[in-house]
Amino acid sequence: MLILGIETSCDETAVAVLDDIQGILSDIISSQLEHSQYGGVVPEIASRTHLKTILPVLEKALSAAKVSLSQLDGIAVTCGPGLVGSLLVGISVAKALHFSLAIPLIGIHHIEAHIFAAILENPELSPPFVALVVSGGHTQLIFLPAFGVYEILGSTRDDAAGEAFDKVAALLGLGYPGGPIINRLAEKGDPEFMKFPRASVKDFEFSYSGLKTAVVNYVKNSPADIVRRHLSDIAASFQEAAVDVLVEKSIQAAKHKDVEKIAVAGGVGANSRLRNLLKERAAKAGVSVFYPSPVLCTDNGAMVAKAGAFRLSLGQTSGLDLNANPRMKL
Amino acid sequence: MEYRWITQGPEQTHSLGQKLADFLHPGAVAALTGELGSGKTCLIQGICQGLGVTDPVASPAFVIINEYQGRLPVYHFDLYRIKNIEELYQLGCEEYLYGFGVCLIEWAERAEALLPEDSIRISLHWKAENEREIVLKNRVPLKGADGDKIHRECMSGRCELSP
Repeated sequence: MLILGIETSCDETAVAVLDDIQGILSDIISSQLEHSQYGGVVPEIASRTHLKTILPVLEKALSAAKVSLSQLDGIAVTCGPGLVGSLLVGISVAKALHFSLAIPLIGIHHIEAHIFAAILENPELSPPFVALVVSGGHTQLIFLPAFGVYEILGSTRDDAAGEAFDKVAALLGLGYPGGPIINRLAEKGDPEFMKFPRASVKDFEFSYSGLKTAVVNYVKNSPADIVRRHLSDIAASFQEAAVDVLVEKSIQAAKHKDVEKIAVAGGVGANSRLRNLLKERAAKAGVSVFYPSPVLCTDNGAMVAKAGAFRLSLGQTSGLDLNANPRMKL
Repeated sequence: MEYRWITQGPEQTHSLGQKLADFLHPGAVAALTGELGSGKTCLIQGICQGLGVTDPVASPAFVIINEYQGRLPVYHFDLYRIKNIEELYQLGCEEYLYGFGVCLIEWAERAEALLPEDSIRISLHWKAENEREIVLKNRVPLKGADGDKIHRECMSGRCELSP
């Protein structure tokens, strides 16, 4: 069975072809590097760029997979949450294909797709498990008692973790996107340079606003040349605080639900410090950790296709009335 | 009319927000400005609580607008990522701004042309680690607002008023 997956909820225009037996046949992502000029996702440019790139990306995904449109068995597309203008570009293309090819259309929740990215590369990952979904727009711990069943254990109260990386990078004048820039810079820095606060919010909730403000306070209270000289130390100290909380709460959540598996998904899941620290501390707690490869952590079409194949196997499909839902609930 | 408060810590900023909620009527637009870490989200979380919102109020930076229901509908904007005002028109911002809910807008300076003339202007300034100056400007005095009483109820010291 061949499923096309389309993802345009935020930065990336992404299309993939997935074979349910052979796996990913193609996975094309057109990273919108124009954003680096602006220090953030620029929605206006995001939806325009999606419009410009969606058809070339689709054609490339089909040709790389050596598949023609007529061979496809279904179209999966992210329908929320995200930026409405961006979501609509992917949904419109998916509906046109659904209508012209007369094959099933499957609207997919962006977070469900991220969780399926971990499942895609780790066939041994089956429920029950706890998923840590952590990106520029989301920071959530979710319990899956079964495939397709989601119990949200906790979310961020203010900023998402990836948003904190972006904002701290902007504050330090490091550019965009903040996640990979801070990750790289931190490798040369001392994580003990500053003890930034670990947010103490209850249970499985997160808070990143206090950590961001602590970095603001440090920068404002320190001479500019000290800040300049210790950029890598500040980045490493910030990253350590950001990652420490994610790791601790994920392990607590696994213990709370009495499961031995944690899946990580979302762009911040590509952060090398998070991957190493979680693996290390989880091993001590007798918990296994499952990651997608870094390329499947960020937004991509393959994860949408995988989630689509799952929904299609349950007979759950969408109609031409499928709409973008910017604040869709899981 | 200009009201000026100094808050010591996020708890005071939050409780100031809660008090300010009493002066927001249906259709009110509060335009917030202030750099990263100045307390915009914290003040808005207080305002939302004061408006009876029970859902958690998180940063809407990713989706630009979050909607909540309190005793009035509340629309929480974060324009941090906005560089081109066109996109805000596409998102239907005018319907929010000229509707019957309360609009709370972070990084409002990025959509100056879109703001109604009678918007309440709130600017937040980082003074020291645990100290923020919060200045509220409105074309007319906030109906029934006693700046000093608000001040006494959420913090120590005096509210400075200038006409």
